[in-house]
Amino acid sequence: MKEEVVIGLEVHIQLMTKAKMFCHCSTDYIGKEPNTNTCPVCLGLPGSLPVLNKKVLEFAVRTALALNCKINQISRFHRKNYFYPDLPKAYQISQYDLPLGVGGYMEISLPESGEKRRIGITRVHIEEDAGKLVHEGDIASSAYSLVDYNRCGIPLAEIVTEPDFRSPEEARIFLVKLRSIVQHLGVCDGNMEEGSLRCDANVSVRPAKSKSLGTKAEVKNMNSFRAVKKALQFEVDRQKKLLSEGEKVIQETRHWDESKNITVSMRSKEEAHDYRYFPEPDLLPLQVDLKMIEEIRRNLPELPEVRKERFTKDYQIPEYDAEILTSSKVLGDYYEKACSLYNNTKILSNWIMGELMRYLNEEKIEIEDSPISSENLVGLLILIDEGVISGKMAKIVFEKMFKTGKKASQIVKESEVIQITDKNELIEIVDRVISENPKSIEDFNQGKEKALNYLVGQVMRYTKGKAKPDFVFEAIKQRIKR
Amino acid sequence: MTLNQLTAHEITRLIREKKVTAQEVILDIFDQIDKVDNLIKAFLVLTREEAFKQAKGIDTKVKNGDELPPLAGVAIAIKDILAVQGVETTCGSKILKGFIPPYNATVITRLKEAGAIIIGKTNMDEFAMGSSTENSAFGPTYNPWDLERVPGGSSGGSAAAVAADETIVALGTDTGGSIRQPASLCGMVGLKPTYGRVSRYGLIAYASSLDQIGPITKDVIDCTLAMKVISGIDIHDSTSANIPVPDYLTSCREGIEDLKIGVPQEYFIEGIDQEVKIAIDRALKLFESLGAKIEEVSLPHTEYSLPAYYLIATAEASSNLARYDGVQYGYRADNYKDLLFMYKKTRSEGFGDEVKRRIMLGTYALSSGYYDAYYLKAQKVRTLIKEDFDKAFEKYDILITPTSPTPAFKLNEKMADPLIMYLSDIYTIPINLAGIPAISLNCGYSKNNLPIGLQIIGKPFDEETIIRAAYNFEQNNDVEKKKPEINPARCKEEA
Repeated sequence: MKEEVVIGLEVHIQLMTKAKMFCHCSTDYIGKEPNTNTCPVCLGLPGSLPVLNKKVLEFAVRTALALNCKINQISRFHRKNYFYPDLPKAYQISQYDLPLGVGGYMEISLPESGEKRRIGITRVHIEEDAGKLVHEGDIASSAYSLVDYNRCGIPLAEIVTEPDFRSPEEARIFLVKLRSIVQHLGVCDGNMEEGSLRCDANVSVRPAKSKSLGTKAEVKNMNSFRAVKKALQFEVDRQKKLLSEGEKVIQETRHWDESKNITVSMRSKEEAHDYRYFPEPDLLPLQVDLKMIEEIRRNLPELPEVRKERFTKDYQIPEYDAEILTSSKVLGDYYEKACSLYNNTKILSNWIMGELMRYLNEEKIEIEDSPISSENLVGLLILIDEGVISGKMAKIVFEKMFKTGKKASQIVKESEVIQITDKNELIEIVDRVISENPKSIEDFNQGKEKALNYLVGQVMRYTKGKAKPDFVFEAIKQRIKR
Repeated sequence: MTLNQLTAHEITRLIREKKVTAQEVILDIFDQIDKVDNLIKAFLVLTREEAFKQAKGIDTKVKNGDELPPLAGVAIAIKDILAVQGVETTCGSKILKGFIPPYNATVITRLKEAGAIIIGKTNMDEFAMGSSTENSAFGPTYNPWDLERVPGGSSGGSAAAVAADETIVALGTDTGGSIRQPASLCGMVGLKPTYGRVSRYGLIAYASSLDQIGPITKDVIDCTLAMKVISGIDIHDSTSANIPVPDYLTSCREGIEDLKIGVPQEYFIEGIDQEVKIAIDRALKLFESLGAKIEEVSLPHTEYSLPAYYLIATAEASSNLARYDGVQYGYRADNYKDLLFMYKKTRSEGFGDEVKRRIMLGTYALSSGYYDAYYLKAQKVRTLIKEDFDKAFEKYDILITPTSPTPAFKLNEKMADPLIMYLSDIYTIPINLAGIPAISLNCGYSKNNLPIGLQIIGKPFDEETIIRAAYNFEQNNDVEKKKPEINPARCKEEA
């Protein structure tokens, strides 16, 4: 049987407003002393009431518009009721039957086939984040749980897609692009590790060409793009195996265990919560008038798709390069800054996508924390152009720059890796190499041009790579001919 | 006559005229509390020290010739459902035992700024669920008019404290009649404002779409003074309305010749006590004699009010009370093996029977598969009830009904049958569902010397007119105004 994979995503993004969703507490909660970033409202103390931060609405409308959603001019809040220690009111203020945005889409391009896919966005709604449980050791061995409410009330936008993905890779590509979009919008920093962008997925498998959906499992706790792809692939394989063995997939919630690389069952459908949604009586219906929608639409910043096209046009780089360079807001900014200082935009793109990204990935450093600024990268390239260092040497200098954060010129000065441009000094070495290698001279004289390369290599060896290769080549040629 | 027996407008005048000091007022108040509260049991907490400190501050202002705020020196008792910073606030429940709010309700902030002196927190039915104050986890409150009877509820402690001259003014809250019914049963004036008139910030929610804070006072003028201070938009409550607060004190003194009064026929059917009916009829004649026009009116959906209320209020309560889980504050059970067990044990031990009954009812009403049939249907009925009132108010300025079908009943009389108890609020509940204002004031006494209350219902945000009608009635009522005789000797004998 040929199967088809069906995946839909539910993505939560923390909105980077200054204040929390319903109170004046700061959204800058990471690293703060537990339970210090709170007030009666976000602690859900008896008698406290929520008041919507208008900025949250603006950020969410921006997000929904960027995802081509229709904005419901009147939407409303519902209470989602469930007991958990990190949820101090025992309900989450969320949206239910009338979300802020509906019926949108996002286009993604699949690099392997070059195919473009339109992924449907079912809805975009806003809700409040919960706190966090903290355990000594891990949750299974700890004798008690501690609660940190600092995150309570951080505004979230939940983005729900249609079940339009046909592979884990498509889901990953979508997620990367979504992150870039919300970064470009300035509504979310998109940091998956820190949880400012979180993703759950509904996964099912069905016979190819079938119209109805197979039984789905919901996969949670994927904390990186890599984890998303791995977890979804595991889940797809698990379900395919079950089906091939004639067994049934159970509707359940499964947890991705990063250390074991498996998904494990958390709860089945029977154990699923009845959230007893009902309209939140403490808040008035949300009203977004057309004027506000149009104003936000007019002021939308340049989005990655448009930026990508501009990059291919303005900087004359391939679409593939442009796609990668706009996959994160800061990366795009890095590139553009460099381009403003340096003309060879393709060389820049090569260095950024090659050396820089390789080191960043190896060291797990985000581009915003890159030890090499775009100015310093350009500084390195200028040294190459001026013939101060060779391309090969530049890679060594680059590594040192990455490790120390120093400028290229400083490293070159300190380690004396300046190329030998003094002709007299070079001639001596060239003569020595020629006298030591009569066989090569003979070969050259018999028409073997390649023999020269060997001699050049020898000169480079004596100069410890400090000589400029084309210069050496010319010098040897001149000496032999004479 | 001691100072605690006076009204707020008398006291503020005397303090302004430097005839008495705020400290003298507070002294008399606590004297009375010390004398009678072991019988009445209106208070759960007294804030004696803070009250004297505040009184001293006001006396200093008087001495310095500073301008005095409107309620300077007025003792006020606060229903224990309102957050007062630094003072234990329990909602009459074991589950909140020991909970000390780190913040003030908006009404508390406003009252303090207005110079009112908070003397303590009053007893109530647990989480305002009840009509007799018998559902308090800390024991019942007794009606000053007859210590064998209930003061009504859920703001029974507040109403009894005012009636027993243990305070000058009190705050109550009203979700289905919890200000008006106890005011009626204790012979005081109680006003439930329009939903949105008074900020609910700091009011511990029972049913968020119905709850309102209002004053319980000895007369209508005091009601206007308190309303002026606590009303108006608040940035902390999204449902508070941005509608100007009129000068009730001035406008209430105008006549009522222009008023058209509707009398809903559905409120005078079976279950109504004959003495109550007679008292209301007499009151209506008085209104007529003052120039008002009186006609019968129909509110056809009245009979569905009670069922709709007990679905909507309990549904919201089931959600509002879910936060009492033993995690962050209040009561937590001992000896639990896991989280779920801790929740169950804490809530089983922490809540009383009536609260559990309503949480279960509300949980059921919101459950998947039942939502449409119960909660949604009840909301539709609520709309119909509101439309009944809208229609009536096209023709009439105010509506008049009894506040409660009977005068104060005996303790334990209705505890065995919740449905009988629920009927105590049959005349007050529709008003909460419609979100409109209503005032209850005394219109006479039964043969047993129990107060009987009259309810005047107004248009949304038209507290002004019901207050004016109430003031005119109060000034012209030919039934002599009485004070309860609290007889410690008799009660001790029986005990």
